[in-house]
Amino acid sequence: MTTLEPAAGPTTDRQAARERIAGLLQSYGAAIVLVILLVVGAVGFPTFATPSNFSNILTQSSFLLIVGAGMTFVILTGGIDLSVGSVFALGGVLAAYGSTFGLLGALLFPLVVCGLIGALQGFLIAHAGMAPFIVTLAGLLGVRGLVLATTDGGSTTPLITDPVVVALGQGQVLGIHWPVFIAVVVIVVGSVLLARTRGGQSIYAVGGSESASTLMGLPVARVKFTVYVVSGVCAGLAGALNAAYSSSGVPTVGVGLELNAISAVVIGGTLLVGGRGNLIGTVAGVLLLSVIQNLINQVGTLSSSVQAVVSGAFLAIVVIIQTVLSRTQRL
Amino acid sequence: MTDARIPGLEPPVLEARGVTKRFAGVTALSGVDLVLRAGESMALMGENGAGKSTLIKVLTGVHQPEEGELLLDGRPATFARPLDAQKAGVSTIYQEVNLVPLMSVAQNIYLGREPRGQVGLIDFRRMYADARALLAEYGIQVDVRRPLRTLALGVQQMVALARAVSINANVVIMDEPTSSLEAREVETLFRVIGLLRERGIAIIYVSHRMDEIYRVCDTVTVLRDGRVVHVGSLSELPRVELVSMMLGRSVEKVERGGVTAFRAANESDAPPVLVATDLSRKHQIDGISLSIRPGEVVGLGGLLGSGRSETLKGLSGVMQLDRGGVTIDGKSVRSGSVPAAIRAGIVMLPEDRKAEGIVPNLSVRDNIVLAALPKLSRGGFTSRRKQDAVVDVFIKRLHIKVSSPDQLVSELSGGNQQKVMIARWLAMTPKVLLLDEPTRGIDVGAKAEVQALIDELAHEGLAIVLVSSEVEEVVEGSARVIVLRDGSIETELRGDQVDESALLAALAGSAS
Repeated sequence: MTTLEPAAGPTTDRQAARERIAGLLQSYGAAIVLVILLVVGAVGFPTFATPSNFSNILTQSSFLLIVGAGMTFVILTGGIDLSVGSVFALGGVLAAYGSTFGLLGALLFPLVVCGLIGALQGFLIAHAGMAPFIVTLAGLLGVRGLVLATTDGGSTTPLITDPVVVALGQGQVLGIHWPVFIAVVVIVVGSVLLARTRGGQSIYAVGGSESASTLMGLPVARVKFTVYVVSGVCAGLAGALNAAYSSSGVPTVGVGLELNAISAVVIGGTLLVGGRGNLIGTVAGVLLLSVIQNLINQVGTLSSSVQAVVSGAFLAIVVIIQTVLSRTQRL
Repeated sequence: MTDARIPGLEPPVLEARGVTKRFAGVTALSGVDLVLRAGESMALMGENGAGKSTLIKVLTGVHQPEEGELLLDGRPATFARPLDAQKAGVSTIYQEVNLVPLMSVAQNIYLGREPRGQVGLIDFRRMYADARALLAEYGIQVDVRRPLRTLALGVQQMVALARAVSINANVVIMDEPTSSLEAREVETLFRVIGLLRERGIAIIYVSHRMDEIYRVCDTVTVLRDGRVVHVGSLSELPRVELVSMMLGRSVEKVERGGVTAFRAANESDAPPVLVATDLSRKHQIDGISLSIRPGEVVGLGGLLGSGRSETLKGLSGVMQLDRGGVTIDGKSVRSGSVPAAIRAGIVMLPEDRKAEGIVPNLSVRDNIVLAALPKLSRGGFTSRRKQDAVVDVFIKRLHIKVSSPDQLVSELSGGNQQKVMIARWLAMTPKVLLLDEPTRGIDVGAKAEVQALIDELAHEGLAIVLVSSEVEEVVEGSARVIVLRDGSIETELRGDQVDESALLAALAGSAS
């Protein structure tokens, strides 16, 4: 008989405690599982807990981290960005072309173009009121087409010869590649923006309740527009770094990357409907996906199709747990 | 403002002059004038469709008036969107709390204008302190870091109010602010309203609860059919007169009978077919008990928000109940289940025919047999022959005007659509028919036909509960009238007591 009661009834102490625990699990569940897997890996495989393997995991994760950071912004508003995989590839190709003008060209060219693509999508979603799913699906297809068009149908792979640009991807400090440091900077800056600025608070507000945000006079359209620009820029940056790392702008990279990014964000405890989550969770989610993959590789006998099944099953379990946790918290 | 402040006649803060608003050709507001003075608390009253919510939406920038103008502090003002109205000092508290439930109390109060430190980052410590101080002014002690959703609705409402007022509001519009509050929370709200008025903040208060209106407001503006029908002081206005103005009935000139197609209704003395005891649901209805005999038409009287439709929904299983239950012929009906109610013989004609009743893109035949399909089918297959037989009977019996049973229901007139709906339920051979506004929105001729049909069905032994906002329909159609107020039974009128003046007095809920 209480099913239709308002969700926000007065909370008893025990309920409050249960809700708090569920909330903590939702926020830090990914980190907890990550630690468990690290321990299991270290105990089970001699080649797992080595500096070079960890460095490898971090490098592999850094590109997804940057894409995932942008995706977190979008999902926090209750939106979705399916175009990031294609934008990632475009960023790589443009970085390769731009590298003929040195480091500045290799970064500026992809960032500006990918930012503009994000802006176009953001405009259609925020101001024309179109569904994010459809707009960014069109982006996924259209931008991939753009990538192929700029590379003779994908047959040319522009190479990066500028040593400075290559060093941006392959250079190491303390055995760790530059993209990892850049990813850390993106996460830190993004976290501060989300938690400590008016714009960041507006993102949570729009995702938490768009109608309330409108009635409270928040610039809802501008907030939605901005997150797609952020996501576009992040995907472009990740693509450029990936190109620098592999010293070429491969036009076929990033297929399905959007799904990995969305998985990582959701595993990291960000609600798919928006309004709750953070970048630290996304970091845990990305690392978790990378470590799982790495562990499967350590086993060595599992095929890539098994990998996909394991990742899929894992995501399904996470979503089920999240649903249970959300219900416990009466979200 | 240089003119001396005459006591009780402060300068107007918000004015509407000749505001007219149409939606797709339908006039929602027509030449509405409204004057709100500093520190005034004005009740905005009106029944369904009177234009209250449209007027509020015009005042808060959600809608723009087609004609007329708004004046703020005597100067013309245009609100293109809600933000403009807020910036100009007009804030609104909605019935549903419009805040972000996942965010903290303090975040909700300061969203969009958070206090910032030197480098432009939000100063959470100051924000929490400010929020605590602000709420303390209203006597509210709460951990401002807690997510809003973990607080009781009353506190959430207070947070919304604190936010609204802290944005330099000089007009606060409250749209049914108490509809989901506990009695204690209502007291807190009233105390806060008192504080606001002392500061010269003007209030427009919308509520269906008469007691609240008379407690909180000093003036009243009554709307009916999109026009202002009365403006004046509330304390000098007897409740009965207020109610009769809202309903458009004059107290002195109670019309004689014969305006409806109802025959004189007779009270039956057979044992009751339906007995409902203590039907209750939080914030909606409280302890409603009634019994209905076969062949009897029982009217449910009450103003908007009194719990009329909710009572029907409770009886028909549409609404879950916290307490209480229904029996049919002494057997109890599983509560909160529409199929169980239908099996027991309780069927309801919903108020909103278009949204909850007819399926517009299906034929008359399909609409009539929709509910009865399980009865007319075997092993999942329906028999067209059986359907046609049933449909034929009802089209003839209810005089439904159709070119053929295959005609789309959406092509029929309102009156005939209503008959199709009644046919749908009669095909289930019900014992109790619940009618929620059966003649709303249908033309006069069809109205009389539907009324005559209700009468006929009762004479054939069906028990009928009739809800209608039209006073004469309730009075002339019903053998008894149960009058609801604020979700409870106020009184029951039977026999000679059933007349318009008695009903109006009961609706007003006072002898004054």
